[in-house]
Amino acid sequence: MPYDTTPAASATDEARRQLEICNACRYCEGYCDVFPALTRLTEMEPGAISHLASLCHNCRGCYYACQYSPPHEFALNLPAALAEVRQQDWEDYAWPQPVARLFHRSGLALAAALVAGFAALFAAIAALRPESGEGFYATLSHNAMVAIFAPAFVLPLVAVAISLRAWWRAIGGGRVALADITRAARAAGRGRNLDGGQGQGCNFERGDRFSNARRHAHLATLWGFLMCFAATSVATLMHYGLNWPAPYGFWTPPKLLGVPGGILLCLGTGALMALKLRADPALGAARVWGGEMGFVALLFFVSASGLALYAATGTAAVPALLAIHLGAVLAFFLLIPYSKMVHGFYRFAALMADRRAP
Amino acid sequence: MTDGNAPWDVAIVGGGNAALCAAIEAAEAGARVILLEAAPEHMRGGNSRHTRNFRCMHHGPLSVLTDTYAEDEYYDDLLRVTGGKTDPELARLAIRESEAALPWMERHGVRFQPSLSGTLSLGRTNAFFLGGGKALVNAYYATATDLGVTIRYNAKVAHVHVESGAFRWLELESGERITARAVVLASGGFQADIDWLARAWGPAARNFLIRGTPWNRGEVLRDMLDQGAESVGDPTQCHAVAIDGRAPKFDGGIVTRLDCVPFSVVVNRDGARFHDEGEDVWPKRYAIWGRLVAAQPDQVAFAVIDAKARGLFMPTVFPPESADTLEELAGKLGLDPAQLAATVDAYNAACRPGAFHPTELDGLATEGLEPPKTNWARPIDTPPFHGYTLRPGVTFTYLGLRVSARAQVQSGHGPLSNVWAAGEIMAGSILGQGYLAGFGMTIGTVFGRIAGQEAAAHAL
Repeated sequence: MPYDTTPAASATDEARRQLEICNACRYCEGYCDVFPALTRLTEMEPGAISHLASLCHNCRGCYYACQYSPPHEFALNLPAALAEVRQQDWEDYAWPQPVARLFHRSGLALAAALVAGFAALFAAIAALRPESGEGFYATLSHNAMVAIFAPAFVLPLVAVAISLRAWWRAIGGGRVALADITRAARAAGRGRNLDGGQGQGCNFERGDRFSNARRHAHLATLWGFLMCFAATSVATLMHYGLNWPAPYGFWTPPKLLGVPGGILLCLGTGALMALKLRADPALGAARVWGGEMGFVALLFFVSASGLALYAATGTAAVPALLAIHLGAVLAFFLLIPYSKMVHGFYRFAALMADRRAP
Repeated sequence: MTDGNAPWDVAIVGGGNAALCAAIEAAEAGARVILLEAAPEHMRGGNSRHTRNFRCMHHGPLSVLTDTYAEDEYYDDLLRVTGGKTDPELARLAIRESEAALPWMERHGVRFQPSLSGTLSLGRTNAFFLGGGKALVNAYYATATDLGVTIRYNAKVAHVHVESGAFRWLELESGERITARAVVLASGGFQADIDWLARAWGPAARNFLIRGTPWNRGEVLRDMLDQGAESVGDPTQCHAVAIDGRAPKFDGGIVTRLDCVPFSVVVNRDGARFHDEGEDVWPKRYAIWGRLVAAQPDQVAFAVIDAKARGLFMPTVFPPESADTLEELAGKLGLDPAQLAATVDAYNAACRPGAFHPTELDGLATEGLEPPKTNWARPIDTPPFHGYTLRPGVTFTYLGLRVSARAQVQSGHGPLSNVWAAGEIMAGSILGQGYLAGFGMTIGTVFGRIAGQEAAAHAL
């Protein structure tokens, strides 16, 4: 009986087909957390496959090492198969469903959302121009900003929480312990699943040769993003807790976090885009390449416009730059549950559920 | 540099582990090297792309290896599997040099990982490649490329021109001629040439599956033997194991192995048992079943287990046929239902109570059954029943070229002055029979390195 080469019915079925071959081979065990987790499985239920899919960081080591990659009739391309399952999960679990798919697939839709964000902010500035205020509060008052961004930040996180809760149940995540969070944070913070298992990195932009470029770019993006987020959080605390509103000088916590964070985010996302252009799209979820690229570009734009706004302090360019920057931030926030940004939440959850990992 | 007609210092025939080790050594010695791989780029690496570890002598922990694995123990292990069919001088050389070879491999891009789950018994003796043999092959191609080795794919060598005891040039299948001062032959055995296999073994070999590359067709080996090179190894024999009968004709590799035999009843096409399924532990058992199945009608057999045995052995690449009754299972496997049921009934009736220990020889044997099952003999009585088809899967052939301890190819009139050989094409000197896990890579690495050094020294 020859090997059944009819295409699998779903992304999950295709991943299961490939994982069963992987589980009989196990040569790739040392690359990342996916393979040790695979060998511990007793049944390949859809939830277990979803868990493995989000553990995979698309480092591609297993693809280039695989003796069964196409044109072998087993046609293993596990990075792509797991990327498809992840993508399917992000879309299927997204809430509410009507906006679940568009922004993943279309860079154009992302750009349209960005333009809509600009328009909203220009309109807000035109309509709500304050009578007085310092720094950019002279353009848009603090209260107006809070009125726009508090819901634009909280509502997407609520949507993500609703999705993630359903997904966590599907993968059998169980009760979360503090140890799960710290272990996941350590793995994510160091990009452990992007280091090839021994620090040699990914097989991403150089084919079968290893490189740490993607890991470093991703870590710059992650830490840059977290520093910018921390800058905003600290500023909020200073505003309400210390009655110390913006503008802040350079030697203050918001700027000391935000400026290096913005630079890191800018460099990281710029590098990620350059690397993505050189990598083989067939080893990822090829149908969402445009949406992924659009998302990274948006994040780049958020950081670059933020830095430009800072550089323009005190000039006539501030109102326009403020509208552009805040418009990009608004689009970014609102798209969190429906764009590649959501991968961070699923990955972190997958790392938390991988309780036997180091 | 890429001119195929330029006089090269060293030409390497083949593109697997031994060829790459030779190319790297020769290039590091300063030679201009061309490597001729018959396969296209995506299939490069011969059987090395399916390997997973390197058997290595060591004193104290070395890289991922634990404890100590000394020369004499290693040599005894070799004697056990070969039944003494080995060249002691070459064998001990391969063993001794393996200790220095491992750090050399690491310096040239190979990465090792701790023993894979399910293979803990090898953690002391065998260093596993991170990602397997194809990752090793990739690393070596990258290293060779960086050293300036010219690599040609789809470059099948049709003839090695030897004149008055010396190699002159290579003729590619395309008609192109490659001239070099020295040549290293590292193009593997002949197991992928089914016609040759059938002439050597008998017509039954047409039903064998080839576990590795379809590119090891032995053209260069044949050509050298025709020109008077001395041979080693039994020309009629190949190493075969019992693999999943649904595996591809070529290139199924590691995943097609079946580890279920000790927990099963194995019957042939006629539904009859033919050998003690509980005879021995891995890896010896693994090796004998290829031969046993090859001797059955149509070279096929069927391993039947019940629900109790699921999960006792490594997962299989293909799911088994499953049914709630033995008769139904027989139908799915293409066996006579009444005959299979009768065979299993007779076996079940011969089983005796006792403790079952899947990981050791438990002595749980049948009584009054011929042939007996001497270990792990539990009744097959708990549905659902599962069945796997077994066929012989050929790993490699034993026939090869005789070489000296410096890997130089020998003819009836003494050594050929500028011809060296490494890897499967000369492994029959050392592995005359049987197989020792990870030893093929040891032979390829050690003799590949020697051949590369010698060829470069001759050319420069």
